[in-house]
Amino acid sequence: MAEIESHDYDVIVIGAGGAGLRAAIESVSRGLRTALICKSLLGKAHTVMAEGGVAAAMGNVYEEDNWKVHFRDTMRGGKMLNNWRMAELHAQEAPDRVLELEAWGALFDRTKDGKILQRDFGGHRYARLAHVGDRTGLELIRTLQQRAVSMGIDVFMECKILRLLSDSEGRVSGAVGYWRPTGEFVSFTAKAVVLASGGVGKSWKYTSNSWESTGDGHAMALWSGADLIDMEAVQFHPTGMVWPLSVRGILVTEGVRGDGGVLRNSEGERFMFGYVADMFRAETAESEEEADRWYDDHTAGRRPPELLPRDEVARSINSEVKGGRGSPHGGVFLDIASRRSPEVIRRRLPSMYHQFMELAGVDITREAMEVGPTCHYIMGGVRVDADTGAATVPGLFAAGEVAGGMHGSNRLGGNSLSDLLVFGRRAGMGASDYAEGRLGDPSVDAAEIDTIIADSLAPFTRESGENPYTIQSDLQEMMQALVGIIRTGSELDTALEKLGELRERAERTSIKGGRIYNPGWNLTTDLPSMLTVSRCVALGARDRKESRGGHTRDDFPKADPEFGKINLVLRQPAGGGVEGDIKVSPEPLLEMPDELKELFEEGH
Amino acid sequence: MADITMRVWRGDPGGGGFEDYELQSQEGEVVLDVIHRIQATDAPDLACRWNCKAGKCGSCSAEVNGKPRLMCMTRMDQLPEGPVTVAPMRAFPIIRDLVTDVSFNFEMAKKVPAFDPAPPPEGGYRMQQIDIERGQEFRKCIECFMCQDVCHVIRDHEENKPNYAGPRFFIRFAELEMHPLDTNDRRELAKELGLGMCNITKCCTEVCPEHIKITDNAIIPMKERVVDAQYDPVAWLGRKILRRHKLTAEEAADRG
Ligand SMILES: Cc1cc2nc3c(=O)[nH]c(=O)nc-3n(C[C@H](O)[C@H](O)[C@H](O)COP(=O)(O)OP(=O)(O)OC[C@H]3O[C@@H](n4cnc5c(N)ncnc54)[C@H](O)[C@@H]3O)c2cc1C
Ligand code: SF4
Ligand code: SF4
Ligand code: FES
Repeated sequence: MAEIESHDYDVIVIGAGGAGLRAAIESVSRGLRTALICKSLLGKAHTVMAEGGVAAAMGNVYEEDNWKVHFRDTMRGGKMLNNWRMAELHAQEAPDRVLELEAWGALFDRTKDGKILQRDFGGHRYARLAHVGDRTGLELIRTLQQRAVSMGIDVFMECKILRLLSDSEGRVSGAVGYWRPTGEFVSFTAKAVVLASGGVGKSWKYTSNSWESTGDGHAMALWSGADLIDMEAVQFHPTGMVWPLSVRGILVTEGVRGDGGVLRNSEGERFMFGYVADMFRAETAESEEEADRWYDDHTAGRRPPELLPRDEVARSINSEVKGGRGSPHGGVFLDIASRRSPEVIRRRLPSMYHQFMELAGVDITREAMEVGPTCHYIMGGVRVDADTGAATVPGLFAAGEVAGGMHGSNRLGGNSLSDLLVFGRRAGMGASDYAEGRLGDPSVDAAEIDTIIADSLAPFTRESGENPYTIQSDLQEMMQALVGIIRTGSELDTALEKLGELRERAERTSIKGGRIYNPGWNLTTDLPSMLTVSRCVALGARDRKESRGGHTRDDFPKADPEFGKINLVLRQPAGGGVEGDIKVSPEPLLEMPDELKELFEEGH
Repeated sequence: MADITMRVWRGDPGGGGFEDYELQSQEGEVVLDVIHRIQATDAPDLACRWNCKAGKCGSCSAEVNGKPRLMCMTRMDQLPEGPVTVAPMRAFPIIRDLVTDVSFNFEMAKKVPAFDPAPPPEGGYRMQQIDIERGQEFRKCIECFMCQDVCHVIRDHEENKPNYAGPRFFIRFAELEMHPLDTNDRRELAKELGLGMCNITKCCTEVCPEHIKITDNAIIPMKERVVDAQYDPVAWLGRKILRRHKLTAEEAADRG
């Protein structure tokens, strides 16, 4: 075996967004030897980009709010496909997690009486999102980062993990990766591994996600024998920028609508009034006047339809554009300029103001924005135990966007940041308990490490081959066209075929230059995860023959109660590895206890 | 037809130089878009950092036409005609191409003692918006490190680095000093980490993409506090309490 740098820890956490940082803080505070590993510099993970806020039923603005209302909103938003236990823990624990951030130095915006201010967001009955203007993610990641650094956590930044390693009994026992700044390989042994690697959005052409969102964690978990669930549930956020083309996909926070912004088509009509599904009719305003009263007092009118859950709004925008009522660049108009004063807009939405001014030359205090759906978030992910974050293979834990279940088939805005805190902590505790109880030193297979290293270096040895950027861009075009916001059976079959071809091409990449900070090489190591995850999404989408939440089938436009009782579980037979087949099997949802079921009956 | 020339610094710690890439411009592009197009075609090994592409993460700092800029927020059509030069930040050691070794900043971050509030009273902490406004300004920092890059105390003086935290951390000290709940006193440390070496040139404030008034709102008040600490602990306490009156009239009005 080639000599490479190696480290031994009790717990390693892969990912330093909100979930990973919170998990690592937990295991360090337990006195365990902990490593925190990330692909970018510390503090740059996707979490930093979150804008609108963190959802927690603190009741600071509406006393009526409590965890039960939050739980109910979350389940209904997810079209009841959620893991009810996760939704319950999340709603119960989010307020404490937010207060904990405050005690660690976060400065949230305040109410008049000095408490944490909360703002409205889609699908939340009450103003519930604690926030800092429209840069909440920055506040969250910086607070956790500063906390982690002050605790002396070992951070491995710009260190990319390629594969998880298991011992002879199939327990996850470490990982192997490489340092981007040197190109040198590094291996870890650990008693427990926490995946907190974020999302998958980079496989679509128009996305709010960064280069990091290649689904490495999802793929590595699957390759190690863990189950994934609900991978077809991908959220297209209704409002991404559409123009100029080079910024297409960049997010426009839902906070714009929470703070009074409305959607209009080319005819100036607030078209969302025409798209209210039965499920939400009773609590949605019927006229513009009623909707407008609601902003000032939630008891004086019902919610504006612009604040329906994201899947509803994204599909409606899509229909308007298809119906020929779109904006010049193929979106619709998001107008806050005519509804709020320039001062309010600049104070409440400073980074949106800045973003449109600098990137599109649009002054949002004077003009409407052009927006359209953008690939944003994956609800599906590693199947975990709600209380501990344990995956279905021993030694492996997952939290944050990489974990599945919490959000069902559609996530409410603000529920991700709270998810990171609640389940980051729980996965940290689960992994710590497991590490403390694990007997003997974890062992990994040296020959396996050699193979992984050799595979990853192969593109350097091919004289001629494909440019990985071309393959990535072909993948993105294909996923956008065939596995996008509206899907049909025949297109999904085509997508699966094309994914096979892309995989073959990905095995023939060639790379120039050296190993030191070589983004082309890095991309060749991303492609296997992007392709595996894309396949999972397409397989789930093919087999879920209904429309639910983020998954919409043109050929099965309605929700089917039978499909409402199952998760689609994806797994590879143990030892399947990167090449292995992926099986999809329907399995029943966890049964919700009666006292929670009651929350969904009439009168609530 | 190629109508733009990008003059990109390529190299490693051993040396390097500018290389020209000719491309066709596209509407609305920023410098980072063009760098990405070069990566996807001519130079897949061209090293640069980025994450958010929206000015929120502070990864893509570089020197565009000689000035520190976020590449993702610099529109091509707003740069003067002629070749656009893109070089790595000068104050930090080169790793490769546009990527520098910014670990200096992460080492400095370790020296800042943690936030240390008194335990919360019954019903939780209460803070007024007006009292946290200044702290929020400092917490907008996206750690692009461009202020560190331009600060002359370290830009061309490697020898000063071990004893100089730099503007990014002066605002961190100031933020904690002005936090309504914090109990630590970090003025001694700010002094040890070079606050006195700053001679208020304001270069840092000029480059900050978050428009943080680093010099006026953090460095100068901190310098005053350090002086107070030496002569008059009572005046320091007074400042802590009266902090809210130091907002400018413009900011007070802006809060509506
Ligand atoms: C523009 C935008 C705005 C948003 N606004 C909100 C909002 O207002 N409210 C809300 O609740 N949610 C919001 N979201 C969603 C939310 O930000 C994300 O879902 C969440 O931050 C994901 O956090 P995470 O900790 O799971 O992972 P991330 O923050 O994505 O971090 C992933 C980490 O894993 C690391 N990693 C990945 N793969 C590897 C590997 N192979 N080796 C080593 N490290 C690896 C990365 O380097 C990174 O550190 C928003 C998202 C976007 C894009
Ligand atoms: S004002 Fe001080 S900190 Fe800022 S650049 Fe000048 S010397 Fe450096
Ligand atoms: S203070 Fe401004 S210039 Fe300095 S690192 Fe922060 S954001 Fe960048
Ligand atoms: S890429 Fe995030 S600031 Fe430029």
